[in-house]
Amino acid sequence: MIRSMSIGRRLTLLLAGVAALLSLLSWSMVSGLARQAAARTQDNVLAASASTIAETLRSEQGEVRLELPYSAFSMLGAISEDRVFYRVTAGERLLTGYSDLPAPEPDQANSRVTFGNGTYRGAEVRMVSVRRVVLAGDRPVSVIVTVAQTLDGVAAISGQISRFAAGLSLAFFVLAVGLSEIAVRTSLRPLNSFAQSVSRRGPSDLRPLRPGAPAELVPLRGALNRLMERLAQSIRRSEDFIAEAAHRVRTPLATVRAQAEIALRSTSDAEDRHRLRQIIRAVDESSRSAGQLLDHATVAFRAEHLARDPVDLAELVNQTTEALTPTAEMKDIELKATTVSVTVHGDAVLLYSALRNVLDNAIKYSPEDTTVRIDISEAGAEARISISDEGPGFGAGPAEELKERFRRGGNTEGVVGSGLGLTIAADVLAAHGGRLDLGAGQKGEGACVTLVLPTS
Amino acid sequence: MRYTRLAHVLALCVGLLAMAASAQEIEDHKSYPGTGDRTLRIISTADLEVFEPYILAFQEDRPDLTVDYTVASSIELYRAIRGGGVYDLALSSAMDLQLQLANDGFARSYRSTQTDALPEWARWRDLIFAFTAESAVVILSVDSLQGAPLPLTRQELILLLREHPERFLGKVGTYDLRESGLGYLFATQEARSTDAYWRLSEVMGRLDPLLYCCSGQMVDDVISGRLVLAYNVLGSYAAERLAGETGGKVQIVRMQDFANVMLRTAIIPATAQEVEAAGALIDGLLELGLRDDPGDWPLPPLRQTGEVSSAGFGPIRLGPALMIYLDPLNRRAFLDEWENAMEQDTDPR
Repeated sequence: MIRSMSIGRRLTLLLAGVAALLSLLSWSMVSGLARQAAARTQDNVLAASASTIAETLRSEQGEVRLELPYSAFSMLGAISEDRVFYRVTAGERLLTGYSDLPAPEPDQANSRVTFGNGTYRGAEVRMVSVRRVVLAGDRPVSVIVTVAQTLDGVAAISGQISRFAAGLSLAFFVLAVGLSEIAVRTSLRPLNSFAQSVSRRGPSDLRPLRPGAPAELVPLRGALNRLMERLAQSIRRSEDFIAEAAHRVRTPLATVRAQAEIALRSTSDAEDRHRLRQIIRAVDESSRSAGQLLDHATVAFRAEHLARDPVDLAELVNQTTEALTPTAEMKDIELKATTVSVTVHGDAVLLYSALRNVLDNAIKYSPEDTTVRIDISEAGAEARISISDEGPGFGAGPAEELKERFRRGGNTEGVVGSGLGLTIAADVLAAHGGRLDLGAGQKGEGACVTLVLPTS
Repeated sequence: MRYTRLAHVLALCVGLLAMAASAQEIEDHKSYPGTGDRTLRIISTADLEVFEPYILAFQEDRPDLTVDYTVASSIELYRAIRGGGVYDLALSSAMDLQLQLANDGFARSYRSTQTDALPEWARWRDLIFAFTAESAVVILSVDSLQGAPLPLTRQELILLLREHPERFLGKVGTYDLRESGLGYLFATQEARSTDAYWRLSEVMGRLDPLLYCCSGQMVDDVISGRLVLAYNVLGSYAAERLAGETGGKVQIVRMQDFANVMLRTAIIPATAQEVEAAGALIDGLLELGLRDDPGDWPLPPLRQTGEVSSAGFGPIRLGPALMIYLDPLNRRAFLDEWENAMEQDTDPR
């Protein structure tokens, strides 16, 4: 399930996860630092307070005296509203303050300032002890000044900063998710455009993909290119095979036809003649199909490296008409060509093949003793050769499908055909940047096939 | 000679205090019965006649509650709460003692929209809530001036007392710091703020001052003519009592060089049983404390539009620094110095 998830969503989720982790981390760090800073501030003020008291210690008539200075507590009151407790002892004797206030244990015997935590009167307190030796008379007395404060101020300050940091982290997280969404979309754009460039290709476009993909897509491009190369090779091989096969079939077919004609002439038995004519027609059809297969292979081959020679369409039409006149005459069909001289750029062999196939189709599907018209016209940047017949037309089915290979019209029963003619023509025109238009003839009768070619 | 004289003065003071105290014990406890069987016990430093309107106003809202009102000096109040006395509300003018109680865990925390509306300087830790701001003033009878202008600073007051000791001898009154928590608070804050305090104390000490426990008695004695000058009297009491007097013979003077502003504060003692009712009364007091129009309540609000704000002295800060002068060593040292200043021979040296 994870595997079929979109890369974009997966990346966004991943980045959001990272952002959440970082936000959480930064929040906990800021909170920790705030707590530390607040605690340190309290420690400093506590130490300052205790030191201020210790500074007033003096010896009078052999007794240790002190006077709590106003500032000692006002500075504590300035930073927070915490409760304050204090105790001053000289040796074992309590000088003043809360007698039961515990003093933090000094970690080193002679350290001057000692901090500690404890509980006093039901509240957590932070304590500091300042030690000072005062000469009372002639004996030194160790005086310990302890000041303690509850921790509400520290908790309040660090809580406030922590809440602020939480808000900031949340905003940071939202921003990071938004930005990562954008980043993901941006970084996936080459992949999409790569996919589009592949899907936009024509069905027979097997050229290698242009270089210029991001480094991550280079292996994919290479794999695709290799696949297409193998595919092209395989297609080429089968086209070669078909061409070879068609070529090989045509020669013996010609021999069979020649022999059949000789036999036709030398026999007078009506039944035999009928059979022989059937043989000849079948051979003709086979040879025509073989020719078309050959044409198809030629189109496929030549379209890959299309020539761009100037071709005069009038000449092309004349040439084709001449070549098919014998076939037409067999059915008493008149080929009526109206030509104007239009020059296009392309492969003369292919264009001839296309026109011949279309015209051949027209003759084949026309009833006897009709006319097939061939018109050349030029409109805008397009040159058009229209072939209209008086045959049955393309029937009810969608005409466009007839351009597919081996597809024949729904009303062609009784007529032998391979279904390759229109395919060849359509392929040739597509290779030239043109198209094959199928439609009804004038007055809605017969078929009209138009070869459309760009003139420039 | 001088010690016998001192002894007489002291004896007089003690006698007065004893009388006042015994009188208080009888008079200054009153119960305001309610319809229900719950009782709100208040211990307060405010005189009964000063605080009665507040209780009656409260009972209009909560007629079910019986209010039991006990008047005590701020030190008595402090000792009562510290000793575990069961009260639901403690109202005191001695901010330092209230703060000490709260700091040492004898107060219960309370929060409401009213307490949140209080300015920061008027509360501490959700434990102490100020509901009035009252300033310390000097009251003196105009006759003693004999045409001279009113003294507006301590320096002028010192000069007046020094130059005419005969007018003031034995007729000057001030707080006995040993007895009055508020007096001690005023004195320590004043000593911290201005050096004129000790000089003034020296000068007063030479004039055989009478020492009092409470503002009310000082004002009464000035009105009756027993005193011509009372120093550090609560302005609110003076204004309240002088309102009825005529003739303008007694003037209230607010020192221009420095004037203490005391916050009357409320705490709910840790021993409180009617916490909800105490909170409701606090809310009512704070609502009055935050009113803009002084109205005709006996005690002034926290924000006064008149004399207090114009002088520009903030109220005494609520905070642990108040505990400094309550430290036994400091208190002993301060009182020693004060006694030295107050109790001296009147003969010129």
